[in-house]
Amino acid sequence: MTHSAKNRSTLEQEYDIVVIGGGTAGPMAAIKAKERNRELRVLLIDKANVKRSGAISMGMDGLNNAIIPGHSTPEQYTKEITIANDGIVNQAAVYAYATHSFETLSQLDRWGVKFEKDETGDYAVKKVHHMGAYVLPMPEGHDIKKVLYRQLKRARVSITNRVVCTRLLTDEEGAVNGLMGFDCRTADFHVIKAKAVILACGAAGRLGLPSSGYLMGTYENPTNAGDGYAMAYHAGAELANLECFQINPLIKDYNGPACAYVTGPLGGYTANNKGERFIECDYWSGQMMWEFHQELESGNGPVFLKLDHLAEETIQNIEEILHSNERPSRGQFHANRGTDYRTQMVEMHISEIGFCSGHSASGVWVNEKAETSVKGLYSAGDMAAVPHNYMLGAFTYGWFAGTNAADFVAGREFSAVDARQIETEKARVYAPLDREHGLPPAQVEYKLRRFVNDYLQPPKVTRKMQIGLQRFSDIQRDLDQIKAHNAHELMRAMEVSMIRDCAEMAARASLFRAESRWGLYHYRVDHPQRNDSDWFCHCHLKKDEKGEMSSFKKAVEPYIIPLDAEEMQAYDRLRVGAFAA
Amino acid sequence: MTGCESVPLLPEPKKRDREMAYQPQEIFFRSNAPVTVDEDLCIAHKGCTVCVDVCPMDLLAINPATQKAYMAFDECWYCMPCEKDCPTGAVKVEIPYLLR
Repeated sequence: MTHSAKNRSTLEQEYDIVVIGGGTAGPMAAIKAKERNRELRVLLIDKANVKRSGAISMGMDGLNNAIIPGHSTPEQYTKEITIANDGIVNQAAVYAYATHSFETLSQLDRWGVKFEKDETGDYAVKKVHHMGAYVLPMPEGHDIKKVLYRQLKRARVSITNRVVCTRLLTDEEGAVNGLMGFDCRTADFHVIKAKAVILACGAAGRLGLPSSGYLMGTYENPTNAGDGYAMAYHAGAELANLECFQINPLIKDYNGPACAYVTGPLGGYTANNKGERFIECDYWSGQMMWEFHQELESGNGPVFLKLDHLAEETIQNIEEILHSNERPSRGQFHANRGTDYRTQMVEMHISEIGFCSGHSASGVWVNEKAETSVKGLYSAGDMAAVPHNYMLGAFTYGWFAGTNAADFVAGREFSAVDARQIETEKARVYAPLDREHGLPPAQVEYKLRRFVNDYLQPPKVTRKMQIGLQRFSDIQRDLDQIKAHNAHELMRAMEVSMIRDCAEMAARASLFRAESRWGLYHYRVDHPQRNDSDWFCHCHLKKDEKGEMSSFKKAVEPYIIPLDAEEMQAYDRLRVGAFAA
Repeated sequence: MTGCESVPLLPEPKKRDREMAYQPQEIFFRSNAPVTVDEDLCIAHKGCTVCVDVCPMDLLAINPATQKAYMAFDECWYCMPCEKDCPTGAVKVEIPYLLR
């Protein structure tokens, strides 16, 4: 297992389209690209195994944002997300999801994904959001990965597992024309030429350190280390509103969802230590997290999920769903601690910070066609900046990316790859293996992520974030001291470099937006007010001509669904008893 | 106080030699594997690699000596595919001690 230089090979391949990430959006993108044009050679590549990769590795217990005729409308949903995201949305991107949402759901249903239906056969939609009804339970959602895998095989998508993609290749005009990576078992180097690349690498979930201190006890699947964000950045793509962090309310220590979307419609709710409700609505938003944080830190803290008032059959139903889907080890965790939903409230806490447009708005910028700002590069899922897009949004934007990439590559030739880019990346990737001694990847990662907590965790303080930037730049030097003993450690070493890039992006993006917005997600103690006159805009970040991180403003696109002033304030009144002005 | 002058001076340290004297040393941390395998039930010796294949973090491997699956790296997300997908029920996932 030494992977010495003489045992390593470089494998070269070419595909019309390469999809990086086989979780949720990725498989859909690959399938839809093949459906658009059967002749295309489409590769789905994953650092894990597509059978069980990504955020929905163990299935999902419900759709959080289904727009189903008769229950809600695309217009209403677009309004709701505009308000939940404090107005900073490209409505065209949200509306494109909303109008396609039901078609995506119907496709999944036809493939065999099971959704809850009532006695008339209609979808059993629940209301969890502040305004509309979009939540559709999937009590038997544990098989979703199997369903997707079957469709990948049917569509004859090529699959490569256990290859960690590290950088994209770009041609003379700056268009993406391939990618590079290495095998996390053999350390072989891969160079893949492509006419288009779709990034579907999930959230940047290993940014903050969970308060348990356990490196891999993250909310997100820890494979989602921010690879896609780092690759997009280095390829020159624009990233949007990264300062709108993902922070979620989770079961303390276990660090998985409790999960209020499942329990809410059945009568459960978030409570303080008195067992009292303090928020009107359990839908995850920055404003909700602000109230959660306030209660957690107050004399009424900590915060709990309250179920102990529910009937026995309801509790059994909740256990059945929560202990077999998404994070099924929840049941074991509660049993170890003697927590029984019937008699105790479940202690909750706040997650580490991350980037995730699936839950908040921090992502690689895309338009309503899933195109990034770089030619030939598409993105979908948690890492693509369509606010609050969740699983159904990932499937839908995967669909858009696959179809549009297939159209883009039609008649397009492979362009010559730049040998210098390949040599540079190969040297960077193999350095930790070839170094004789050095720092263990896990220690560098621990220190980096502890600094992320120390300096970036909201409430954000300007001076702290500036110190954080200095620390992240010190860690950049430490990266040149990491020693990997084998290909597995090399994977962790490369992930540390991507986490570091994300940490710097998080600090710079947060420093740029000199106001507070999105509740807790971007609360700046020294700029405590929302300032619409200067900051009612997107903030983008990219690698500039000098190779440095630069931030700039982008105007919010004109709304296609107008909102009145009264509606815009709906999410400002999340605290129970808040006066409805 | 001239007496001090009689104190013999320490020899000039040869800087280069002293640096060479300190060789990097690694200490390996102990950890309790959260994933364990019942070797009587495990059929890896017959070619099964299901648990190794499905682990998102690539933490499981086949021990060449015993031909049975085992946890090689302590980076568990307690996500359960290894346990759920094992055809013989040989794999057990426990919550890592730090979170238990």
